[in-house]
Amino acid sequence: MRTLLVGLLLLLATSAAQAVDLQGEELARYHALNAELRCLICQNRSIAESDAPLAQDLRAIVERQIAQGRSDAEIKQYLVDRYGKWVLYDPPLDSATIILWAGPFVLLAVGLLVVFLLMRRRRGAPTPSPSLDRERLNRVLDEQARDADSDSSEERS
Amino acid sequence: MRWRLVLPIVIVFALIVLLGYGLTRRPDILPSAFIDKPAPAFDLPTLASDRDRITVDDLKGRVTLVNVWASWCVACRAEHELITAVSRRTGVPVVGLNYKDTEADALRWLGRYGNPFAVVAFDPSGATGIDWGVSAVPETFVVDAQGIIRYKVVGPITREEMNASLIPKLEQLKAKGS
Repeated sequence: MRTLLVGLLLLLATSAAQAVDLQGEELARYHALNAELRCLICQNRSIAESDAPLAQDLRAIVERQIAQGRSDAEIKQYLVDRYGKWVLYDPPLDSATIILWAGPFVLLAVGLLVVFLLMRRRRGAPTPSPSLDRERLNRVLDEQARDADSDSSEERS
Repeated sequence: MRWRLVLPIVIVFALIVLLGYGLTRRPDILPSAFIDKPAPAFDLPTLASDRDRITVDDLKGRVTLVNVWASWCVACRAEHELITAVSRRTGVPVVGLNYKDTEADALRWLGRYGNPFAVVAFDPSGATGIDWGVSAVPETFVVDAQGIIRYKVVGPITREEMNASLIPKLEQLKAKGS
């Protein structure tokens, strides 16, 4: 998957105008890093996709630092020091990003819990069939009959 | 059971509040990575000078305002008057950082609109801008007497922001420094 992505980016890069003085593995790292870094101006694109002047500058910095032999982690740290973790499309797990990482799973767990509770209630307690209270029914019927009698006697008198 | 009626209303209301909060935020304004950190080092020529240079050490010793600007930046023109006013009202000197500009354009801009800067550092490549984490001009940094960045405004300052936060912040730092 990762090699596929890098290969795709290499393909894209051949069409890009910017000349890069890197070869082989370094070039692959360059494109992989650019895809992971967020453009500060057009905020929903990586610096590989963006043509904003700042993105061009940042690509140049990535290129220079790779040429100087810096590691990916060092280059990322260099940019995080300046722009905050915000520049990383793949932010590290820490106290500030825990909601971001754990949020979807917490919501999923809550949803499953609700579904589970609803299902258990439906199965465990089937709606009771209305049982006939004969005694009460007879009492009510008697009362109605008596009322009807007295009504008719009133009418007669 | 009453809670069955009330609960959906409560949930929808909470969602509305949450979404409303989301709408009032400005996602394009990023928190600075530099608040309460030392101002990043730089060593730049001053505008229109062959010899004079300005370094980060020149910011130490008193509260300063560092304003990143460029002649091509329309929003810089909009805040120009307020930068001048802040400096006049608080007595805090403004150090300009001329970002990705040409000397001729920068000088013409200062000539036309007036020069609010005590000194202007000239950064045509934008390298110092990157070291300061500048993503878009204008940006304004408050640097205290120890050279620590204490506050930052991204984008043009507004009159409300100037009165409500920038000037009080400067006065507070000045009082602490003396």
